[in-house]
Amino acid sequence: MRVLALCKQGHVRIPHYIRRQTGRVVNYCGTYLNPEDLAVGNTGGKAVDLYRVAFAQTALWPDEHHAPQDRLIIEIYDHWLAPIPETPNAP
Amino acid sequence: MPHDHDHDHEEHEALVIEDEAGNIEAQIIVDALQEVLIRKGLLTAQEVTAAIAKLESPGIHLGAKVVAKAWTDPSYKQRLLEDGRAAVQELDIPVTEARIIVVENTATRHNLITCTLCSCYPRSILGQPPSWYISKAYRARSVREPRRVLAEFGLDLSMDVQLDVHDSNADMRYLVLPEPPTDLQMRTAAELEAAITRDHLIGVARDVA
Repeated sequence: MRVLALCKQGHVRIPHYIRRQTGRVVNYCGTYLNPEDLAVGNTGGKAVDLYRVAFAQTALWPDEHHAPQDRLIIEIYDHWLAPIPETPNAP
Repeated sequence: MPHDHDHDHEEHEALVIEDEAGNIEAQIIVDALQEVLIRKGLLTAQEVTAAIAKLESPGIHLGAKVVAKAWTDPSYKQRLLEDGRAAVQELDIPVTEARIIVVENTATRHNLITCTLCSCYPRSILGQPPSWYISKAYRARSVREPRRVLAEFGLDLSMDVQLDVHDSNADMRYLVLPEPPTDLQMRTAAELEAAITRDHLIGVARDVA
């Protein structure tokens, strides 16, 4: 999966360090009300799918000290994810 | 006051900014708001006190109880790893989090919890987070250079051990299940619980003594 770099304002829960990065879904967490809606009082919005996605630390921060197998796992809502073909270095 | 005392200077940013008179800006605003709400009859001081007491009542002892139970009851451990929230509730601990994901340390894997965006933390089972957990330094460095952060906590993680950092940026909350001590069978549940620290359950410590 690739994390999209949506230019959204407001209460966005997708930190900049993970945008445009590619990772692998490790867990489906269920559906949750979108925090981007909730923060502005919209509690009637559609519930969105939430996934836990793993990224290779060596790809995220290549200049830092990591073991090759180290991972960063973060929660990403469905509308921030785009499927991509399998890549050999995905964690 | 002469500066001759020996103490550790706080290296992380202060949680609150006090002025020279000891006033805290956010506290002044909260106090004013509370006064207005009480005067309008929307809130009582007793309700505020009760809410604070409720927030502060959970503590590390609850997380330690969950972990000690998992170490000594394999079927409970299985349920805890499958559905952390339900397994915690089994022990009559009220859970306010949507879901609790329990991540297990093994001989070849270590887990570290952080929240880069704010201060998400499994408060139902660990209480309020320590000040370093919500410092900008920890939030930034725990994802970028977690092995250096662990070393500063006194944990030199072997390069053979995979480090998984979990950023609790959205709806999940996380609890680390540490490896049990080798003399597990020799100890009572109370002794096990006493050996488990908050740092073990966040993942900045690894071996339970």
